[in-house]
Amino acid sequence: MKVLVPVKRVLDYNVKPRVKADGTGVDLANVKMSMNPFDEIAIEEAVRLKEKGVATEVVVVTIGVPKAETDVLLTARAMGADRAILIATEDEVEPLGVAKLLAKVAEEEQPGLIILGKQAIDDDSNQTGQMLGALLGWPQGTFASKVEVSGDRVAVTREVDGGLETVDLKLPAIVTTDLRLNEPRYATLPNIMKAKSKPVAKKTVADYGVDVTPRLKTLKVVEPAKRVAGVKVGSVDELVEKLKALGVAK
Amino acid sequence: MKTLVWVEHDNAHVKDATLAAVTAASQLGEVHLLVAGSGCAAVADEAAKIAGVGKVHLADDAAYGHALAENVAPLIAKLMETHDAVLFPATTNGKNIAPRVAALLDVMQLSDILSVEGPDTFTRPIYAGNAIATVQTADKKLVITVRGTAFAKAALTGGSGTVEAVSGEGDKGLSTFVSAEIAKSERPELTSAKVIVSGGRALQNSENFHALIEPLADKLGAGVGASRAAVDAGYVPNDYQVGQTGKIVAPEVYIAIGISGAIQHLAGMKDSKTIIAINKDEDAPIFQVADIGLVGDLFKIVPELTEKL
Repeated sequence: MKVLVPVKRVLDYNVKPRVKADGTGVDLANVKMSMNPFDEIAIEEAVRLKEKGVATEVVVVTIGVPKAETDVLLTARAMGADRAILIATEDEVEPLGVAKLLAKVAEEEQPGLIILGKQAIDDDSNQTGQMLGALLGWPQGTFASKVEVSGDRVAVTREVDGGLETVDLKLPAIVTTDLRLNEPRYATLPNIMKAKSKPVAKKTVADYGVDVTPRLKTLKVVEPAKRVAGVKVGSVDELVEKLKALGVAK
Repeated sequence: MKTLVWVEHDNAHVKDATLAAVTAASQLGEVHLLVAGSGCAAVADEAAKIAGVGKVHLADDAAYGHALAENVAPLIAKLMETHDAVLFPATTNGKNIAPRVAALLDVMQLSDILSVEGPDTFTRPIYAGNAIATVQTADKKLVITVRGTAFAKAALTGGSGTVEAVSGEGDKGLSTFVSAEIAKSERPELTSAKVIVSGGRALQNSENFHALIEPLADKLGAGVGASRAAVDAGYVPNDYQVGQTGKIVAPEVYIAIGISGAIQHLAGMKDSKTIIAINKDEDAPIFQVADIGLVGDLFKIVPELTEKL
């Protein structure tokens, strides 16, 4: 079984986002970009499936700037993906457009499983996996904390509001990863060196004949209302008084 | 505009998160509801009493009992032939189903809206709430998830909606529900608690978490939350997590104990009315957002606080 893992290049999660002064977006010039953390978990899961003999090949795909070839797609291959597909574009593609492109990739590649991060930490949309499921008519196991493939089914344990839920899906299927599915391995330097020889197929959005015209227009982006630091109290007694004043303690 | 709100429920009662979505929908136009479930007629009757509600569509079928997105999404897509917008609470169920509906309708979803600015314009958080975007959609049908803390809850009484049965295609045969481990607690749910006591990694282990955080929460009648670090370390289960990818909360009082205040955690609680932080590191980022701070050893402070309350 082939596993397809779509990944996104985003502002590194350790970098504090800065809203541009003209209100058009978040400043991405000269800041560190990395793979979306949930997508690293997706690659790790795919590679573990291959190490267990469940998956035969791990293919990673990204839609984004050409530079992704030498950063996130290299990291993905160093982590254990066998080959990569770069669908190059300088434009921002919305989750619906991404899902349409991925549906085309899935038709070509015929994976048994597509594992995606549950959300990208830039737009926080949490949509692409579910949309892809609808477009392909495949079942979805979102927010996964455990994935077990057996025969032509996959059992996915999901992190839900009240705790955990397990669903049984018919393959081919979509899985989206939550934080506790696994702990991704580091791309080591020797593996990064080796990964450079793993193939990258270079495509463009136009190659897929899909309309990815944005449906949403961002009118403005602003910083949220700032909280200001309050007072420090010096003792538990003072804190008790404050809680009483707030009406939460008697 | 005719809106449809997907009702979150447990086949017995309407869940609170639905009520914020009803308020958001009422700002767009007429409000209809969908109660899809199994043996859920009582939920539809309860939903019909929500203030401002018109029609309640009731889809009662075993296939909808566990809110499987594969089965529910086509039902909603069909109902959208006669509605202009569908709104979901941004719960794990809402977030699971909504994008599947959006793709079936070929529209771009608006996730986690904070406000309705106009019939096609909304605000929503991006970058873990470090920026707020105002977005305008060109789509004719709207698919929206609603952040529960951003809208007042519609009243559970006062409405006089009419219940009407609808049917869909039922089981698509793609997925089956196997089991759930849902924590049962006497404490208030995090997303509706007035007071929350949250613990972080500084508690060091599960025993300390339970021994220190829970008695304090009990004294205050509070819900119990945790930082991602505490959940990752196994002190408490995943459903305790407050943050960018966990629960978004905005109680009257949020007490953060031994939580440093990573931006991913702040994203989940910074709209709380009053934030209280207890931490031994006076430079911890949590103090930059806290209204009341106490610097010191939580292992001394928390038992003393619990005792004095």
